[in-house]
Amino acid sequence: MIRSIPTDPMVQRLIRDAQSASLSRRNVLTGAGISVAALSLAACSTGPATAKPTAAADKSSTDKNIKWDNWAAYLDEDADGKTHPTLDAFEKKSGIAVKYTVAVDDNNTYYGKVKDQLALGQNIGADLVCLTDWMVSRLIRFGYVQNFDLSKIPNATNLTPSLKNVDFDPGRTKSLPWQGGFAGICWNKDKVPGGLKSVDDLWDKSLKGRVGVLSEMRDTIGLIMLQDGVDISTKWADSKFDNAIDVFRKQVTDGQIRNIKGNAYLEDLKSEDTLAAICWSGDITVINTEAGDKWQFAIPEAGGTLWNDNFVIPIGSPKKSAAEELINYYYQPEVAAEVAAWVNYITPVVGAREAMQAINPALADNQLIFPDEKTLSNTKVFRTLTAAEESKFGAAFQAVLLGS
Amino acid sequence: MAFSAFASGTVQEQAPRRKSRIALLLLLPGILYLVLFFLVPLVSLLITSLQAPSALGDIGVYETAFQWQNYVVSITQYGDQILRSFLYAVLATVFALIFSYPLAYFIGVKARNWPLLQNLMLVLVIAPFFISFLLRTLAWKSLLSDESAFVTGLKALSLLAPDAHITGTPVAVVFGLTYNFIPFMTLPLYAALERLDTRYLEAGSDLYAHPFTVFRTVTIPLSMPGIVSGVLLTFIPAAGDYVNASREFLGGTGTAMIGNVIESNFLVQLNYPAAASLSIILMVVILAIVTVYVRRSGTEDLL
Repeated sequence: MIRSIPTDPMVQRLIRDAQSASLSRRNVLTGAGISVAALSLAACSTGPATAKPTAAADKSSTDKNIKWDNWAAYLDEDADGKTHPTLDAFEKKSGIAVKYTVAVDDNNTYYGKVKDQLALGQNIGADLVCLTDWMVSRLIRFGYVQNFDLSKIPNATNLTPSLKNVDFDPGRTKSLPWQGGFAGICWNKDKVPGGLKSVDDLWDKSLKGRVGVLSEMRDTIGLIMLQDGVDISTKWADSKFDNAIDVFRKQVTDGQIRNIKGNAYLEDLKSEDTLAAICWSGDITVINTEAGDKWQFAIPEAGGTLWNDNFVIPIGSPKKSAAEELINYYYQPEVAAEVAAWVNYITPVVGAREAMQAINPALADNQLIFPDEKTLSNTKVFRTLTAAEESKFGAAFQAVLLGS
Repeated sequence: MAFSAFASGTVQEQAPRRKSRIALLLLLPGILYLVLFFLVPLVSLLITSLQAPSALGDIGVYETAFQWQNYVVSITQYGDQILRSFLYAVLATVFALIFSYPLAYFIGVKARNWPLLQNLMLVLVIAPFFISFLLRTLAWKSLLSDESAFVTGLKALSLLAPDAHITGTPVAVVFGLTYNFIPFMTLPLYAALERLDTRYLEAGSDLYAHPFTVFRTVTIPLSMPGIVSGVLLTFIPAAGDYVNASREFLGGTGTAMIGNVIESNFLVQLNYPAAASLSIILMVVILAIVTVYVRRSGTEDLL
């Protein structure tokens, strides 16, 4: 439908004017574009620079304020959900004001938000942040976190022995665990009365289209690899990973797996879009109290994954010693027990179990909070990947998620 | 259309040609805004899209290069998702047009004599904007979930296979896109139809034209400005939308659109060149489609 220009001379002139105006605007923009190109060339490489950033000077003695970024439902709350009793006690005792923020929703998005400032050694506004093992490993590799002064954290000796020497941080000089958890399987007890025993049970035809898995690669692929009999904590051949990806891809394309999500998988369990899922241990306790006692969590027979979220002090934080004081506080067994009683994840502090006997003896025997040797022997930590592996495996996993 | 206001009998003198400093000064904020928030990001996006992995080899580290192959890789790897984005956007635009036209016609023409009803209906069209776009999409997710009354009802009536579901399918994504963009289609259509001179329609029927002929030859051409701007306002954002098709909302693994691919490459895989090249491809394709569309339907309709 190409139309001729209206015959009215007035309208014709207006159209002509409009056309010539847009031409001159284009000229202006061309000129501006050249200067912009010069500007952008000045700062055009992405990612960390070759030189590692240096730590900021410590001003904790003069400025008694710190900020702590953490995940949702990860610190004890009082009945109204307004204050954090253990944190209030710390503030009173130490005279340090702590601004606690639920700022971490996902390792990747948090990293995306702060990475450019970290690369420049700038203050990201948080003096303490809790992130998962593999992300902490990346931050340490890039030099984005500060070294602890362990003499200021004497309680760090309470750390569970098995977590003292991790491959990404031998001797724990840059990171200390906050809470840990298992990835395993869970199911809706009303709809799947028989329960599940292994990851293979998720691929049962009766559950077609009603299975959810996590978008966290190390948990979903980790469980599938464990099912295949691979020890994920040691070096394995690339083909083992590829096999697991093949199983995963097949279940996705066959429609057995309904969806692959982060924290939002709980919504699917509640709406019953999914009846069984790969999930995180602490969450099931939470939704059972929220939405009726309907779900059951189990570590698969072939093994579950074990992960930790760790305290780190970002490179640009000027409050290192105040942050260390807070870490030290939370490594007291009594405080750790108080937190564990609320969050229902695994506490890394030795002695917390004994302290829990005094608070709530029933929880002291909860395998999801205080796992014994037998439970722990059935779980593995996904080994730290090299940078090249992280890119390659990450891309393979994402390709399934995007259906490409 | 807007020119009709100027179309008084006298022809005005030519607009002043003198270059005025004040005019330039007044333009300056606008130009600065465009340079800072449009040109600089655009150029940096272009540069990023041509970067190559750094020799350091770590994740997310790239250096300036002229790696045009990034575009070839993006197109071959994500061709399906690119085509799917435009298919979904076209479907959503067509459905939104089919839904909105009668609605806009009713509000703009039929309800003219009842201004109260007219205003009430307009408010109803705009009302969803009072609630966040994300919340509304999440609400649809639970309305369409497997155990919802709607889905179990369909299954009880045997309109849906017992093991079928709606969330995570293309149906849910196209539905979500259509639903979310309907106001963007309805409002421009309403603005055009509201000015429709019904005497033309009377003239048409006086000349023994079939009502459909009147609609086709009078109503549609007169409402063309509304159709063109409605289609643009729906199609462009729908093609780049990543919320509806996201796995966290109405989509699944088989419904990823280009926006989801860009998000995954940018946030998770830290493959910035791939994300940037896909963004540029999206922009270029939309620009091409819109140019052809506007050329064919006539730019003066937009005025």
